[in-house]
Amino acid sequence: MLLRRRDRRQAALVTISTTRRRSFADREDILGAAMLAPALAYVILLVGVPFVLAIVLSFSTATAGSLSFGWAGFSNYAAILGDPIFRRALGNTAIVTIGSQVLVVVLATAAAQVFRAAFHGKRTARFVLLLPWAVPVSLAAIAWTWIFDSTFSVINWTLKVTGLLHGWLYWLGEPGLALVAIIIVQAWRIFPFATVIVLAGLASLPQDVMEAAIVDGAGFWRRLFQIELPLLLPVVAVAVLFGVVYTATDLGVVYILTGGGPANTTHVLPTLAFQRGIQGADLGQGAAIAVFLLPFLIVVAIAMLRLARHTEVGAK
Amino acid sequence: MAGVEIRNLSRRFGDFHAVDGVNLSIREGEFLVLLGPSGCGKTTLLRMIAGLERPTAGEILIGGERMDADVPPRARGIAMVFQSYALYPHRTVFRNIAFPLEAAGLPRNVIDQKVRWAAELFGITRYLDRYPRQLSGGERQRVALCRALVRDPKVFLLDEPLANLDAKLRNTARDELKRFQRQIKRTTVYVTHDQVEAMGLGDRIAVMDRGKVRQIGTPHEVYEDPVDTFVATFVGQPPMNLIALHDGRLLGFRPENFLPRDHFPAGERVRPLGFAVRRVEYLGSDRYVYGTVTDPGAGDATVIAKLPVTVGTAIPDGETLPFAVPERALCYFDAATGARRRS
Repeated sequence: MLLRRRDRRQAALVTISTTRRRSFADREDILGAAMLAPALAYVILLVGVPFVLAIVLSFSTATAGSLSFGWAGFSNYAAILGDPIFRRALGNTAIVTIGSQVLVVVLATAAAQVFRAAFHGKRTARFVLLLPWAVPVSLAAIAWTWIFDSTFSVINWTLKVTGLLHGWLYWLGEPGLALVAIIIVQAWRIFPFATVIVLAGLASLPQDVMEAAIVDGAGFWRRLFQIELPLLLPVVAVAVLFGVVYTATDLGVVYILTGGGPANTTHVLPTLAFQRGIQGADLGQGAAIAVFLLPFLIVVAIAMLRLARHTEVGAK
Repeated sequence: MAGVEIRNLSRRFGDFHAVDGVNLSIREGEFLVLLGPSGCGKTTLLRMIAGLERPTAGEILIGGERMDADVPPRARGIAMVFQSYALYPHRTVFRNIAFPLEAAGLPRNVIDQKVRWAAELFGITRYLDRYPRQLSGGERQRVALCRALVRDPKVFLLDEPLANLDAKLRNTARDELKRFQRQIKRTTVYVTHDQVEAMGLGDRIAVMDRGKVRQIGTPHEVYEDPVDTFVATFVGQPPMNLIALHDGRLLGFRPENFLPRDHFPAGERVRPLGFAVRRVEYLGSDRYVYGTVTDPGAGDATVIAKLPVTVGTAIPDGETLPFAVPERALCYFDAATGARRRS
């Protein structure tokens, strides 16, 4: 109805111009569909189909070695839930995700404060800050394996020289330390992106509200914790949402740093899924592991978006 | 309580002189209005008093104490109300008003008592649990005033606090503001570009243009006795008529003093001027008559006459009528400099 009215209006316009025929560009219905098609095809073919396939596979007995496809019901899920390695990986995923995001929020807020101030070489510093985000995960992870290397670890060397360390830390050799290492790398990877988001949020804060707080006599910390951070909450929530999704679904960092070892203690769900499904050829179980996190991520996403909307400020 | 003393104050942004050597003495308990067009430096001046902007040169004294550039706003004994009200959107009205008291580290029961006292004064007690976004413009403005009041400042700084209200509300808000200031008798500096607000509120008005104070005086002085053509045309609605005389002077007169010749009693000394009427605007309480002055001593100039309803003379479009201005209402200016001349 609305469209037809618009068409009529356009028809009226056309009578004024020289040509009376509707050209292709006037047909909004066709044009719209044509322009949306590539994006739609991309999403359906490269995201939708594999996604549905993964869910279907998780209920099957499919293996990488054969073309047979047997229905397995919930047996894959039952199998992984009974598997201590899976439960460990699930816990690790939670620890790594939460740990790295806490680190990211603190670091990104602090860094955003620094980058808001004017100082010499700010442009260069900002460029350097963004680098970790631009570096391919594999390359970065390989660099980090050297930093955490059992013999050549730069961290150990620095701690030794400054006299803070008396033993020797086998970063990737002990399960606890390896998780710490993974958290550090994940935080390092997400932190630039979060900083940029928080910086954008800071820039959009109403200037006079900040000045009102200054006039009202609030010092730096009071302004930070009682005015700035609450106002930034929606923005930080978005940054955390992205961070959670990136970290919880990341394969590369853990795969290259520890490969899930030592003795399968540092697996996260994506690495375990890869090990079971691709390397171990059990497609069904691999898919079940991969899909397992999906409901949780959806809940996290909804919660974060609701938080963002709830705290959104109607300043004017 | 304290006055504010401003000496030779300047603020430059690069080559731009936002505030250019301003001297101003604001008396204790006075309501001073900084009036000027946008970009004239009035807000920058206010922000320097508040300590939000660093002066390039000059001194500010509040209550006789010198406020060097590094005296922070909280130590100046000032409170400020922003044009947007700058309420904290994530805090309730109560916690907005309480914020400066919390920052000052007052005990909870004192805060509670002060907030309720201020809210009572402005009649917003029933909104204390609401958030700013749930309030109307007028209510937000009162919350902002409340927040300023609870700090018990020596000086109130108000930056166009009525500009965001709709026209209907502005009149009552203006009246409330003035009554409030009379009641607490606190030195107040008020920035506005609206000359009606300035006239209605100010004990004195400082008219600013391009970083300088052009004139300071009571609303009456600024209106009746402008020091130059800028003040003459900025204050008053419609502005003062200016016509160029052949001897290098400008003749100025207010539209409400430009009336039909026969309206003046025979004994009154008047300056007669022919008025070629172009168009008449009927505005209910007044008529605005647009046209051109024809006078042997002056060039043609477009002027406006403002006739109250009590002047019933018929004014047909397109005719030239005998008008006049009483001599006591004539102002002379130098055509080259714009400065006022005595004759």
